[in-house]
Amino acid sequence: MKASRREFLKLAGVSALFGLGANAAFELLTPGALEASSEVAHGAAHGEAAEGVQAATRWAMVIDVRKCILQEDCQDCVLACNSTHNIPTVGNPKEEIKWIWKDTFEHLFPDQHSQYVDEGLEGKAFPVMCNHCQYPPCVRVCPTKATFKRPDGIVMMDMHRCIGCRFCMAACPYGARSFNWRDPRKYFEGKEAMLNPEQPTRTKGVVEKCTFCPERLAKGLEPACVEACKKRKSDCLIFGNLNDPESEVRKILRKRTSIRRKPELGTQPSVFFLV
Amino acid sequence: MYDLNKILVGLAIFLLFFTFPILYGMGSAVPAPKPKLDTPEIQKLTDKKCVEDTHFMRTSHMQFLNYWRDKAVREDQRTYDSKLNGKKYDISLQNTCMKCHSNKKDFCDSCHTYASVKPYCWDCHIEPKAAKESM
Ligand code: HEC
Ligand code: HEC
Ligand code: HEC
Repeated sequence: MKASRREFLKLAGVSALFGLGANAAFELLTPGALEASSEVAHGAAHGEAAEGVQAATRWAMVIDVRKCILQEDCQDCVLACNSTHNIPTVGNPKEEIKWIWKDTFEHLFPDQHSQYVDEGLEGKAFPVMCNHCQYPPCVRVCPTKATFKRPDGIVMMDMHRCIGCRFCMAACPYGARSFNWRDPRKYFEGKEAMLNPEQPTRTKGVVEKCTFCPERLAKGLEPACVEACKKRKSDCLIFGNLNDPESEVRKILRKRTSIRRKPELGTQPSVFFLV
Repeated sequence: MYDLNKILVGLAIFLLFFTFPILYGMGSAVPAPKPKLDTPEIQKLTDKKCVEDTHFMRTSHMQFLNYWRDKAVREDQRTYDSKLNGKKYDISLQNTCMKCHSNKKDFCDSCHTYASVKPYCWDCHIEPKAAKESM
């Protein structure tokens, strides 16, 4: 068939008018196929196992807020994390690096803010960290796969691949990621003895966050923050496998009321707060 | 018209000029580096072997380190079975390689300076103490 330019333009105009985009065309020709294939891609992008197969392990953290607020000025978990991973004390809140940090109920749960906050919780600080979401938005946007989801649910950072574009920071709804505006070694000058020689630092221009201590998990140890909390016998942090119905985390989640941060976003966090 | 002498002199000057860099470097070749193995950790070994065959380590340690990095960080496999002697090693740059090769300056750097390579690993990975003090 020989179509004149005029005929072609007419056809194009009419198609556009009826919204016959590529998607719609696919939908007409093979109903449902497009959606199905994009769902598979979606799952794969989140590092999910094949559909219907549940991984043996999904690491999760349960934070007993009621117990923690009794230890008002305690920073043991935060300090343990900082010294294990060579996290610098920056001072300037705009440039600070944090993996686990303490904040107040009102700040962490703005959506739960009822007119009258429970007196026991009002203004009280407790720890938060990366949520290790089941559907992590940071992983979706990372252009180099520097941040990725492991089969055991940990949202991991590969510092060797991070190009510092900070898309992940924009995508994370929880402010759990920090950017190295300066060389973190600078903050250890004269304090080299504080560095943990078994772990690296990071460098200027990479993003970092909590990784649930995979180097410790590999040795059968719990994350450094949990260990520090247990040492103090305050037992506010409980770490375990969410996919094991008999694990400590599952047992306590059955018994107590728990909330998660911004559940309406559908990221399915692996960090639970007992209130 | 045939200025043979002038041409010959010109040619000689040209040749000298052109080959100067080669002639200048003659006889003063930098000796090949001899990485030192006299660290306490290596002296403790009865069988003085690296994690893999020495020749392989010499030629391919950069690829091997990348392999280790990806195993640990991306695949969460943090032990390595040596094909050389079946021994198990923790996959770690700081805690395995540099425990034995704690003399970074006299070992890694002696070759790297010679070959003019500057691995950027040490921007993040912490060098062993001994190397730092001698810097
Ligand atoms: C158990 C101690 C030990 C560990 C761990 C170890 N090495 Fe070695 N390495 C040695 C010894 C001993 C030699 C010398 C072997 C020989 O001379 O045959 C050596 C040799 C080498 C060489 C060759 C040096 C030369 O003379 O050409 C390189 C390169 C090297 N190691 C790099 C590494 C790297 C990289 C790692 C970590 C992946 C590592 N080593 C881990 C003990 C160790
Ligand atoms: C026998 C000499 C020798 C020794 C010993 C040696 N290296 Fe190397 N290394 C080299 C050479 C040569 C290159 C460059 C190879 C190339 O560019 O293809 C290199 C490259 C590297 C690279 C890649 C650098 C880059 O920019 O791509 C890393 C990483 C590295 N070495 C780590 C180490 C570590 C760690 C040690 C000490 C445990 C060590 N090397 C010991 C000779 C050596
Ligand atoms: C931007 C900072 C950074 C740079 C640069 C960097 N690393 Fe790493 N590397 C890390 C961090 C952080 C880890 C820890 C991950 C873990 O233990 O889970 C790590 C882990 C590793 C591991 C495996 C686990 C371990 O404890 O050693 C290897 C091997 C490794 N890096 C090799 C290298 C090599 C080789 C280079 C240089 C060519 C390099 N890295 C450069 C940050 C860095």
